[in-house]
This record gives sequence, C-alpha cells and structure tokens, in this order.
Amino acid sequence: MLIYTVRRLLLLIPVLVGLSLLVFTISHLLPGDPVKLAAGPQATQAEIQSLARELGTDRPLPAQYWSYATGLVKGDWGQSVLTRRPVWDDLKIYLPATLELVIAAMVLAVAIGLPAGLVSAVYANRWPDYLSRTLSLAAISMPRFFLGLLLQLAFAMWLLWLPLGGRFPIIDEPPPFVTGFLTIDALVAGDLGAFATALKHLALPAAAMCLSPLATITRMMRASTLEVLQQDYVLTERALGLSQRLILFKYVFKNALSATLTVIGLYVGWLLGGTVLVETVFDWPGIGLYATKAIVTQDFMPVMGVTLAIGVVFILSNLVVDLAYGLLNPRVRYE
Amino acid sequence: MALLEIRNLHLAMRSFEGEAHVLNGIDLKVDTGEIWGVVGETGCGKSLTGLSISRLVPTPPARYLAGEILFEGRDLLAASEAEMRALRGRRIGMIFQDPTTNLNPVFRIGDQMVDVALHAGHADPAVLGLDRRASGRARRKAARALAVRMLERVGIPDAARRVDDYPHQFSGGMRQRVLIAMALIGKPDLLIADEPTTALDVSVQAQILRLIHDLVVEDGLTVVMITHNLGVVAQLCTHVAVMYAGNIVEAGPVRPVFKNPGHPYTRALMAAVPTAGTKRGELAGLPGIVPSLFKPPPGCRFATRCAHATAACDLGAPAMRELSPGHSVACVLAGEI
Amino acid sequence: MSAAVETGPRNALSSRWQNWRRGAYRFRQSTLSIVGLVIVALLIAVALVGPYVVPHPEHVAGGVSTAMRFRPPSAQFWFGTNELGQDVFSLVVAGSRISLLAGLAVVVIAAIFGTLIGAVAGYFGRWVDEALMRFTDLMLTLPSLILAMAIAAALGPGIGNMVFAIAMSWWPGFARLVRGEVMAKKEEVFVQAARALGAGAPRILMRHILPNVISPIIVKMSLDMGFAILTVASLGFVGIGVKPPTPEWGSLLSLARGYMPDYWWTAIFPGMAIFLAVFGFNLLGDGLRDVLDPKARR
Ligand SMILES: Nc1ncnc2c1ncn2[C@@H]1O[C@H](COP(=O)(O)OP(=O)(O)OP(=O)(O)O)[C@@H](O)[C@H]1O
Ligand SMILES: [Mg+2]
Repeated sequence: MLIYTVRRLLLLIPVLVGLSLLVFTISHLLPGDPVKLAAGPQATQAEIQSLARELGTDRPLPAQYWSYATGLVKGDWGQSVLTRRPVWDDLKIYLPATLELVIAAMVLAVAIGLPAGLVSAVYANRWPDYLSRTLSLAAISMPRFFLGLLLQLAFAMWLLWLPLGGRFPIIDEPPPFVTGFLTIDALVAGDLGAFATALKHLALPAAAMCLSPLATITRMMRASTLEVLQQDYVLTERALGLSQRLILFKYVFKNALSATLTVIGLYVGWLLGGTVLVETVFDWPGIGLYATKAIVTQDFMPVMGVTLAIGVVFILSNLVVDLAYGLLNPRVRYE
Repeated sequence: MALLEIRNLHLAMRSFEGEAHVLNGIDLKVDTGEIWGVVGETGCGKSLTGLSISRLVPTPPARYLAGEILFEGRDLLAASEAEMRALRGRRIGMIFQDPTTNLNPVFRIGDQMVDVALHAGHADPAVLGLDRRASGRARRKAARALAVRMLERVGIPDAARRVDDYPHQFSGGMRQRVLIAMALIGKPDLLIADEPTTALDVSVQAQILRLIHDLVVEDGLTVVMITHNLGVVAQLCTHVAVMYAGNIVEAGPVRPVFKNPGHPYTRALMAAVPTAGTKRGELAGLPGIVPSLFKPPPGCRFATRCAHATAACDLGAPAMRELSPGHSVACVLAGEI
Repeated sequence: MSAAVETGPRNALSSRWQNWRRGAYRFRQSTLSIVGLVIVALLIAVALVGPYVVPHPEHVAGGVSTAMRFRPPSAQFWFGTNELGQDVFSLVVAGSRISLLAGLAVVVIAAIFGTLIGAVAGYFGRWVDEALMRFTDLMLTLPSLILAMAIAAALGPGIGNMVFAIAMSWWPGFARLVRGEVMAKKEEVFVQAARALGAGAPRILMRHILPNVISPIIVKMSLDMGFAILTVASLGFVGIGVKPPTPEWGSLLSLARGYMPDYWWTAIFPGMAIFLAVFGFNLLGDGLRDVLDPKARR
C-alpha cells in the first residue's frame, strides 16, 4: 500500500505539469493585458514597458512558462501584479481558510447523508423515502448563495445568534498560526473561547455549503443501499437469522459505503471550486474571494495559483478516497 | 407430529404485468429424519416454496392467499418476525445456489459465521456450549472457536487461519463449504438447500453432495433439497416431490415414485434425465407451453403438454390420490396409464 | 417467464414500444416528475409571454421611479420594489427568459463542442483519443466555476460572453459521454459495412454514428439544464457576466444583498425564482432518467 501511494504520488507529476501548462495557456489565450491594467490608466507606454520587463512578461511564452514551472517547484508561484505579494504567501493564508470550510461542510454532509440514505433505502417507496428524496432534490437545486443569504437573514440578522460573516472578529487576536485552521489552532493554543468564536463563524457558511453534498451523498447512499439490499448475501444473512439492524448497519452499510465513497471524493474538488459563492456571501477570507478579486482585476498569477492549488487538492482527495476504498474493499489490490 | 407440514399453500406475486398465482395449493409433509428432494422445471415455484418455509418471500410484492406452514405444529405464516428470527439460523438452516454471491464480499468469513453463531447462541446458549450467564466476550470466543470447528468439519484445510480470510480468497467449491458450515453452525433441525450444487463445477458437485450427505447423516438432519437433478434425488434423498407450475403433482418415497411414476409429468422428467448438452432447467422432448400463471386454467395445469389429456382434465384441479402408502399423485388418470 | 412463453417472441419494434409504455407508466406514477413537468411548463410559458404582460415593462428596460423606492410587497407591487423603485415582480418575470435562454445556450454549445471532441477521440482512437482524453481529464480537474469566471471576465461583460465562458467549462462531460458511445457504435455491423463500402470518416461519423448516439446526448442535456441555469445565476451573483440593467436573477440577488435585512423582498423573490427553475428541471430530469434508464429505476 505504501508503494502504491508513492506511485500514485509520482503519477501526480505529469498531471501537474499538464495542469500548469493548461492553466498557463488558458491565461495567455484570454484577451486583456494585466500589465497595462496594473500600470494604471495614466501610464505611458514607457512605464508599461518597464513594468513588463520587471514582471518578465516581455519574454517569449515558452521562456515564461519555463520560469513559471521551475518557480512552482521552488515555492515561487509568481506574484500578483496589483499587490506585488507572492501568490504562495497569499495561498498559505487563504487555502487553509477554504479547506477548513470545505472539510467542515463535508464532515456534516457525510455524517448526516450516510444514515439518511440508508434509512431512505430501507423505507424505499414509502413516505420517509419520498420525503428524503424530495428534500434532497430540493437541496441540490438550492443555490448555495441564496441559502447563505437566507441563513444570514434568519440567524444573523433576525435572531442575532451567529455572526454575519468573516472568520474571526477583527478586533480580537486570532490564535497563533499552526495549521491555519482556526478551530484547530484555538484548540492547540488551549483557548476554548477562541474555539467557540471560530466555530460560530464557521457554522453558517458550513451549513450553506454542506447542503448539496449532503443531498448528493444521501441520494447516492440510497441508490447503492438499494443495490446492496438486492444482493444474494443479504438474503443469506436474513435466512440465517441475523437481525435487521445488524444486517443494515454492519453488512449492508460497508458495502454501500464503498460505492458512495467515489462521490465524496469528487465533491471535495467540486466544493473547492464552488466556495467562491459561499465565501462571497459570508466574506470568508478564502481562496474563492481571493480568486474573485484577482479575476475582476485580470490579475492572472493569483488565479493560476488558485486553480493549480485546487487541482492539487482535488487529485490528493481522490487519492485518499482510493486508499479508503481499498480499506473498505478487500478485493482491491494495490499493485 | 411432522417436523414440517405445508398445507394448501397459495402464493400470488405482483409484477408490472399483473398478479401471478405462482403457488397453487402446495401440500408437503416432512417428518424428522427424512430427506426430501423437490424437483421441477425452472419457474415452477421450488425456490418460493423453500423461502416460504423461512418466511423470506418479500410481501409485497408477494401475497399469501391461503394455507399454512406448520413447523412442529406452529403456523409460521402467523408467527411474529421475532419468532421467525429465533427459528432462522437456529432451527432452520438454508443454503443457496451461488456461493460466489451468497457470501458478503467485504467481510471475513469468520465475521459472518461468528455473527450467525452468536445469534443462534442467543436463542439457545447450548449451541455455544455456554450457559445463559456467559459474558459477551466469552460468547464471542466460543462462537469463533465454533466457527473454526465447523470449517474443519466441512473440510476446509488450515481452518484456524482461513477463518480470517475473505470470500474471494476461496474457490467456488470451498465457498460453498463455508456456506454449508455457516448454515449448520447454529445446529439446525431442518436444512433447506436450494440447488446447492448447480453453480459449481461438475467435478466439485459430487464432493459437495457427499459432504452434505455425510453431515446430514451425522447430525440426523431433516432436509428439503431443491434440485433439477433426478440423479441427485436418487442418490441422496429418501423422498421426492415433483412440482409443476405451482403444484406438487407427485410425492412420496423415492423408490416407489421412481419405479412406478404415476404422473405423466414425472415420466417426462425421468425420460429427460439431463445429458451434458441440455441447459439447466430445460426439459428435453416435451412440447407444448406452460400455461400463464396470470390467468391459470381451472383444470390440470399440465394438460396443455400432456399426451394423455382428456376433456376431464380441464374440469377442475385434480386432487391428490394415494397410489401406495405415502405415494400420491395429482392426476385423474393416476394408476391407469 | 411463463407469460412470455405463451405469447411467444415479440418483435423488436413492439418490445421497444412496450418499454416506452412502461417508462411512460412509471413517469406518470411519479408525482414528483409531474410536478417538475408542470414547473418547467409554467416557466417556459412565463418566459415566452411574461415580458409582454408584466405590469411595468419600463422597469425591465431600465427605467427607474425613485419616488417609489423600497415599497414592501402589496397588491400593487406583488414582490415590492427595489432601491431604484423598480417593480421586482416585473424584473423577476423578465429574468425568466434570460435564465432559460442562457441555460439552454450553455447546454447546447457545450453539447456541440463536447460531441465534436468526443466523437473524434472515440472514432480515431489511439493517440488522437489519448491526447484528447488527457486534455479532457485535465479540464475536468480545473475548478469549472473559477474557469468560467476567468474566461467571462476576460471576454468582458455581456450575456453572450458569459454563456460562452460557462460552456467552455461544461463540455468535458459531453466529450466523455460521446466518446464512450462512439467507441461502442464504431464496432457495430452497419458501421463496418459503411466503411467496407469506402465511406470516409466524416461521412460515417455524421451519417451513421452520431444519429445513433443522439439520445444519450439529449438526456444529458436535459439533466444538465437545471445546473446550467444555476451556474448562470452564480456568475451573475458574483458580478461577472451581465451588466446591471439586465434583470438577470443572480445579479438581482447580488444587488439586493446590500439592502438586507430591511428590504428582504428584493432578495427573496429572485432567489426563489432561481430555486424553482432549477428544482423544476431537476425533478423533470430525474423522472426522465427513470424512464430512459430502467436500470437506475427503483
Ligand atoms: N420477486 C418476484 N417477482 C415476481 N415474480 C417472481 C418473483 N420471484 C419469483 N417469481 C415468479 O414466481 C415463479 C416461481 O419462481 P421460483 O423462483 O420459485 O422458481 P424455481 O422453481 O425456483 O425456478 P428455478 O429452477 O429457475 O430456480 C416464477 O414464475 C417467477 O417468475
Ligand atoms: Mg429457484
């Protein structure tokens, strides 16, 4: 299994090369001259040229890609033409914020979705099933940004239970940086007050974000449970007297879970790409907001950085899912 | 009192096309120690009869129209689910056709066997050789030891190690042995085996049949064995029931039935003893069509294929008549042809 | 089954008809699919006639009436008025046409582009297939919303640009689907026969293969409609794509954010409209899939 993991990680290299090449190509195919924009509307031709030389954008494209790609390896992911900050430094701050949000949402979605799907399948075509199917479809159809607004309206504006947005109050000192996940950092620092504050800020955005993976996981789990319930071994287990509960929560669950796992992996990537919407609503300082700002100003380096980072996390999460699949399914061999 | 007695069992099955009357008054009396073979063409209702005994036919889509299934005199169709569960695995064991699909692929075989043993031990602690007050841990340990012993009994070499293997690590024949061990781990009185060798290689079939035979004799088990193979019945069974389109058309001790078959269908079956070329469940050389079970004819269901059919056959379902002690036939011409 | 034995073998046409009838039966059995069908039909009706019958067409065209800012919902203004005194109901109704058309355009362009790539990859196989599919897989790894945002922002504002940008991130799904179908069809007898008769690749693809893979493409298009509408609204919400006077649902919602919680109606109604449209298409798509893919039924 270790060898398999290492091989999968090595296979990442060509994918990353392809990804960076693709991102680089797309960003240069698009119209718009970021240097001109960065130099400002009053800039003279000479000023623009000197800025271009400074940023290296006057060189031929292959040379630019080469220095970009070698930079990536060394942790130099280019810099923003607007803020002049290295993209890598920004990502170190913003990526953990987004990951914290996505992971919180996925944990919620998995924790609720798996049992909900199982129950839905057991009651197939009776009212609990209809209810959960209708609700899941509604949840999938619910725009996350609209749901976020409704949650804000209810819990932050009318009930005043939770903060409106942000990750942590500006006036307070956040816990010292360890993982970049504020909840974990607060626990590491032993600061329960800060942990509660971080959790409160996390609650609404995570809820807004978890709804559609929750619904998809429920649907997937329902479908795969129904599939498993048809299997001969379930009949054998019933014929030999095992209780419905044991069959369902032990024997059926593990089989159905391995089919659902793939969806969970795909969703991590999908959520990462879609955090923009929730981050916009809740002013969550993650890569989504960061990318939006860069996109609007046509500042390509940060956009490329974010895209690559999401691609890497996506590929890694699929690797984790594949490994988990092997743990659940003894027939899978890592060779 | 018979160990198992099925009386006038009628079962209907709903599907997209409508409701089919798939079991049409099954009568079967099985005494302790008897080994019954149930034979008949594909789709005649053998499996549904077997599953009905453990009440494993899903309702809906199925519906019991009439009849009773008495196990030691108790009507199982009226029993609660908890009562049924206490019987399953403990008093009634079952083996199915395909060993590759009947073992849960993602659990170690020991896991599944231990759970069955624990269940049986819950119904009757003597199965595990413990008394009621034994701790959970002691039960688990005893269940595991029992699982290993059962694997040894069914001829799995190196059972103590293999108990922790997954199903895919066994060959087809070995898997069926595991399933047999699992069905017998609760020391049942009645074993229902639904075509236990059909899915196996021909070379393995004989071994598995011999194994079942030895275990049955050792433990004094009562067996209902569903099969297509009359040869199996002749070798293994004491009694035989012949089914056609939801009816038992002939039943009795093997010797008189085979020597002196009373029903034209039984004769046809015996004439068509499968050779290597015939497909499973196919009856060679018997023309005609099986009547639709959605609108069954009022008379004998075999009349459409029967060479001896007369007008009398369409009048009403023929009643069972006894030709010799224990050997009865449902045909108006019984004994005359 | 015994019933089949009695009726004897049916011919292919009547069995296909039978399947279709079974599907229609299942569809009618499912209340949810019917609800979806009704929502979608209403939506299309609103999109067709709505813009001509709204109470305040001048607001749809960008007119303002500052005297009537932020009126709550009432008999006169069913959905209230916004910060410019525009009738929210008129805007939302007019927005239905934009959302529907944009969603449809996204799906159609993505389907055409994806079919092209997928068909070429599937038909020619070998290194062509290898290269195109690697490319497609890479595209699938990219975060599609960010990609669409970046393309749309670079192309400049405008619905057409936005639709194109979304379609450019949407096609890989179609490419994969079509490639698989084409690879399967390529081996069939009638295609082999056409090739033996000397037909060229474009002709075989256009005449013999693509007509046979059109139905899965259409199914996927109908399944994708809801999410295409959602993506259009998402881009509108983050403020990339359409310019404000266009009554696009997502951008209406985004403008209304600033006036929460007091003027909640400016946000609730556009939001509900997005939700209903997406929900309707998803219900319908779910029902359709049940009909067309009996394996996934249950
Ligand atoms: N779940 C079901 N739904 C509808 N009809 C069913 C179902 N299960 C069985 N049937 C029908 O009931 C009849 C009897 O089925 P059964 O499985 O008992 O046959 P069988 O004698 O065991 O056949 P085989 O030799 O093929 O195993 C068949 O006509 C079958 O089509
Ligand atoms: Mg059977």
